[in-house]
Amino acid sequence: MLGKTANGLFWLFRNIERSENTARMLDTGLRIALTRSSGDEEEWVSVLATAGALRSFKESHSAVTGAAVIDFLLRDKTNSASVISVMQSARNNARTVRTALTREVWETVNEAWMELEAALKPAIKQRELPALLESIRQQSARIRGALHGTMLRNDMYNFCRLGTFIERADATARILDVKYYVLLPSVSYVGSSLDNVQWESILRSVSAHRSYRWAYDDDYQASTIADFLILNSRMPRSLAFCYNKITSNLGYLEGDYGARHPCHEHAEAILARLKGKDVEEIFDQGLHQFIQDFVRDNNRLGLLIDEAYRFNS
Amino acid sequence: MGVGASTITDPGEAACRAPYETVNEWFGDEDLNRLNAKAVEAETIFRRTGITFNVYGEKAAAERLIPFDIIPRIIAAQEWNRLARGIEQRVRAINAFLHDIYHRQEILKAGRVPQHLIAQNVAFEPSMIGMSPPGNVYTHIVGTDIVRTGPNDFYVLEDNARTPSGVSYMLENRETMMQMFPELFSRNKVRSVSDYPRLLRRSLASVAPPGCDGKPTVGVLTPGIFNSAFFEHSFLADQMGVELVEGHDLRVMDGKVKMRTTKGYKTLDVIYRRIDDDYLDPLTFQPKSMLGVPGIMDVYRAGNITIANAPGTGIADDKAIYSYMPEIVEFYTGESAILKNVPTWRCSEADSLQYVLEHLSELVVKEVHGSGGYGMLVGPAASKKELTAFEAKLRAKPSNYIAQPTLALSTVPILTKKGLAPRHVDLRPFVLVSKDKIDIIPGGLTRVALKKGSLVVNSSQGGGTKDTWVLEE
Repeated sequence: MLGKTANGLFWLFRNIERSENTARMLDTGLRIALTRSSGDEEEWVSVLATAGALRSFKESHSAVTGAAVIDFLLRDKTNSASVISVMQSARNNARTVRTALTREVWETVNEAWMELEAALKPAIKQRELPALLESIRQQSARIRGALHGTMLRNDMYNFCRLGTFIERADATARILDVKYYVLLPSVSYVGSSLDNVQWESILRSVSAHRSYRWAYDDDYQASTIADFLILNSRMPRSLAFCYNKITSNLGYLEGDYGARHPCHEHAEAILARLKGKDVEEIFDQGLHQFIQDFVRDNNRLGLLIDEAYRFNS
Repeated sequence: MGVGASTITDPGEAACRAPYETVNEWFGDEDLNRLNAKAVEAETIFRRTGITFNVYGEKAAAERLIPFDIIPRIIAAQEWNRLARGIEQRVRAINAFLHDIYHRQEILKAGRVPQHLIAQNVAFEPSMIGMSPPGNVYTHIVGTDIVRTGPNDFYVLEDNARTPSGVSYMLENRETMMQMFPELFSRNKVRSVSDYPRLLRRSLASVAPPGCDGKPTVGVLTPGIFNSAFFEHSFLADQMGVELVEGHDLRVMDGKVKMRTTKGYKTLDVIYRRIDDDYLDPLTFQPKSMLGVPGIMDVYRAGNITIANAPGTGIADDKAIYSYMPEIVEFYTGESAILKNVPTWRCSEADSLQYVLEHLSELVVKEVHGSGGYGMLVGPAASKKELTAFEAKLRAKPSNYIAQPTLALSTVPILTKKGLAPRHVDLRPFVLVSKDKIDIIPGGLTRVALKKGSLVVNSSQGGGTKDTWVLEE
């Protein structure tokens, strides 16, 4: 396979994953804005920060309002992280690697692009927003479904999966990075209704408020939420889950190609930090530092994979 | 509602043409609204599949569909057989001509083609002098443009010996028709075209360079996703099961062209390039080209890669050379040409220029090096102002133009909102030249001028396409 093709598959699925995560973040922001009477600016700032778009937003906007943030993250073509930009990149990736995709995968990507491009062209009315966000998530699910149902489990598939899980780990870590303070053990906040709203919003932004109950059979608690998102290997958006998938996909590549690269060592080292660990140990070492280190190391893995498999040179 | 006798006829004929009879019956039993809904469905299929092309000059994101007409264009078996013989003869002559022109130049010595037409032609490629490509095949893929004026009466319009496009439309048009109207294919015995990608791959593999040991690795070279024909490039690579490469995926190493893969660099043996000669090798041609591969021409001359089509084939499909094709066919095959040339006035010659200027409103005038229907004058359709403007251009640089009469083209029916209506078409059959044989895919791409009375079929100028049937004997 061409290095360029591996690169295209990797980024196709990073982009698809990113559009879905942005939609989920906006859904959460919207919900908080609707349940509070005032002071929702802080929440929209968190949404922007989680999407990595706070600085670019402030360069072009003077005030943070829900409507402006929604527009910026969904349909602003000058924002490279907006859903429209990300989907445009995804479709370009897919066209470039058309020969490495099944017809079903290509067509679901192309249809997602056609549908979202049309839906995001006019300004968005608030009453249409929930359906629009739902449709973004559905398009992503269709593409994932086509991938699972039709692609040969070879190196092409491995690069798609690596893109998905590096992006997903990044998204979950960013949520934790922005909201880590509501998870810190603090006497004054314990059990307050503000905590509950914040905790639920964290869980919703990873679509896990239902499964939390299945996993822990308890009320929301800061430490179990952190455990769920970081260490729980059954939770499909947790850091541990993502790294199990990443190391296994890298393992297949190692076996197929008969070659081990620095990316293998690096990914296994990250996984080792997430395994056999207690969430209390992470709190003792400092949650924020832990998350910041993770975001950096996860980005580094992306670069090491790029080098090992000659994505660009 | 049946088809009016006037719609599927040749000029001066009254009855429905024989090969169309079953389709005519089928159409008579169909509901026009259902067919028009089907036409919309076809468009949806094309959009979803991504069979689009970019129009230069419009913003980068502008992707368009080539309009598709659902009424097939049908060619009878015996008419096709004669046509195929004529095409094969012509393509053989073109390859012999190219070999001669880049070696001993016997045809110039014999005075059958004037020396200056070659020496001063930008399409002549000096770096090809003395070079013999594997199997002496220069034009691996040819798309001969043909028009029909009556029963068994065909003219060649252009030879397209460089990088002809459109074959993906031929294949996808058929796929779409079979999906939408399976009943038509059970009533008619239509020769299949689906073998093309397999034949193309075999044909490319057959001309692997002498430096290749083992199974040759084939790749399609594209300028990238913003090229107007990118869909076709990726479609062909996909259908053949070969890599689709861009210039930056390739580099010359150890005297070979290699592609960057996830496992390191791998040798490429045959390259089906969809970029022009000028951009192929910045060391030999355009120094600023980012699309090509620096040094690929040295590897080519050393016999370590095959480039299809060979560089310099443009000298054979140049519009000034075109007018000599009957002589060229005769010179190399010893037979007279089966397919006719459209009579051509070379405006570089004073007598011809005089005639062309006097009859401008009756003629089609083309630029010698132009393509895609750009820079062309269709006299009968032009306004007085356009004629005057063109006359000035013609007088300023006569050698840049040739002129041809407007032919009384036969029409074929298309579906309109109100029923069938006749439109002018041309035909581009696709020819594959291998070391030991020539394959011509039965049918080809039919391009149709959708505007009433129009003669211009180019997709960049509002033309559409049709599925093209060659019936079994």
